[in-house]
Amino acid sequence: MTPNPAGPEPGPEIVARQAVMALCADASRTELEVALTRLDVPAAEDLRAPETGLVMATGRIGGDGRPFHVGEVSVTRAAIRLADGGTGFAYHLGRDRTKARLAAILDALWQDPARRAHVAAALADAANRAEADRRKAARQTAATRVEFLTVARGED
Amino acid sequence: MYVAVKGGEAAIDNAHRLLAEARRGDTSVPELSVAQIREQMALLVDRVMTEGSLYDPDLAALALKQARGDLVEAVFLVRAYRTTLPRFGASVPLETGAMAVARRVSATFKDLPGGQVLGPTFDYTHRLIDFALAAEGETETAAEAEPRADAALCPRVTDLLAQDGLIEASPPDEGAPVGDLTREPVDYPADRALRLQALARGDEGFVLGLAYSTQRGYGRTHPFVGEIRVGEVAVEFVPEELGFAVPLGRVQLTECQMVNQFKGSGAAPPQFTRGYGLSFGQSERKAMAMALVDRALRAEELGEPVVSPAQDQEFVLAHCDSLQATGFVEHLKLPHYVDFQAELELVRRLRAEFEHRSEPVEMQEAAE
Repeated sequence: MTPNPAGPEPGPEIVARQAVMALCADASRTELEVALTRLDVPAAEDLRAPETGLVMATGRIGGDGRPFHVGEVSVTRAAIRLADGGTGFAYHLGRDRTKARLAAILDALWQDPARRAHVAAALADAANRAEADRRKAARQTAATRVEFLTVARGED
Repeated sequence: MYVAVKGGEAAIDNAHRLLAEARRGDTSVPELSVAQIREQMALLVDRVMTEGSLYDPDLAALALKQARGDLVEAVFLVRAYRTTLPRFGASVPLETGAMAVARRVSATFKDLPGGQVLGPTFDYTHRLIDFALAAEGETETAAEAEPRADAALCPRVTDLLAQDGLIEASPPDEGAPVGDLTREPVDYPADRALRLQALARGDEGFVLGLAYSTQRGYGRTHPFVGEIRVGEVAVEFVPEELGFAVPLGRVQLTECQMVNQFKGSGAAPPQFTRGYGLSFGQSERKAMAMALVDRALRAEELGEPVVSPAQDQEFVLAHCDSLQATGFVEHLKLPHYVDFQAELELVRRLRAEFEHRSEPVEMQEAAE
């Protein structure tokens, strides 16, 4: 199997969509449910029923060389279509089909420029929580930063 | 040849019911939840994910609960589960250089750009049993400090050495298909990518023993830990219907860059050589052992004599998988009545022939 190439550099619209997808992937199911209650959501139908499968995670020899297969990750995907025509997709680590479907709805809503700011606002709590978690972990790690000294042995 | 047996259904059913009760243990003791196993037996969960070759902490924790904590049994359950799922494809190669580092140490340089952080480690503990843990109580909260300006940028130690040409470069990505031992049987000689896949899912104890053997002289490689880093890395996948990299979430990984003694030739000056280890979760021992064995298995490529078990790729790859090993070893306890009956008949016949041959000799001896 050939590793999945990252492809050409995505444009700013895609980069912004990726950021929202990453936020939804990191969020809990409850956080996505709360975000959707803050939005005016049209009915959504499944383009494809939520499904759990595998993605083979590839690493690189030496961290930056030829790819190799490290092992698989469980992934759940969902694809939906809103009653007003927009489509949304989600691929998340794990096996939570409900969560993936919620994220697909948020992806569809976000792609509508008129709704984008509302989606961002609805997800603000989850974004703030994720940022606080990251910051706390970074601070805890920083407290374990170590300065080793070599000690000359007094042999002469 | 194995000849099947029939019967025993009622006893087997009852044995499995008894197993369920034994799994639960004393019911006056509260039952473990999957979340408790995931959070509080985290390194065991990491090992099940690494050797089960499937990153899914909740699933690995559940497998451990079902397996009563038997590691290889839990790996078996995880491997069996993965066969029931479709594969969507392969990820974009993981960018360990962009890891959110929770731990990073080097045994080769004390001053590194980005610094060394110990993170949650058993290193430097006294290994004294802490009886306070037997009582329930509050845990002291972790210390916090403001990260320094350079903390977000952690170049690989191997990149620092590479700037001066002191270490070999990683093998280049030429876009060739990558072998997958879960899809095709391994053909020997196996390339380095396939060997790394086998080692990544290999039994930690077996890989550790082989790694140790190289240190004791069976395929010596003069290793130094250039760098170990543990932390979260984003996984990305490009679905056909979208055509761009979708972030799936983050996985915790452990990476080990082993720096080994030199290789040079008439055409090239001496350089350090390398071994590489990468595992799911916080699995330092595994990543280090993998890197040592990876380097030992490069013996032929680097013009070293192949004389030790850890350098013999067929020996290593064919025996490092705990599930394959346990399957063949443990099948010995299943009924082998027909096989053994044949063996019994054979040994009786051989003994009869032996007695028949020795009789005249004994009679001769008695006569003398």
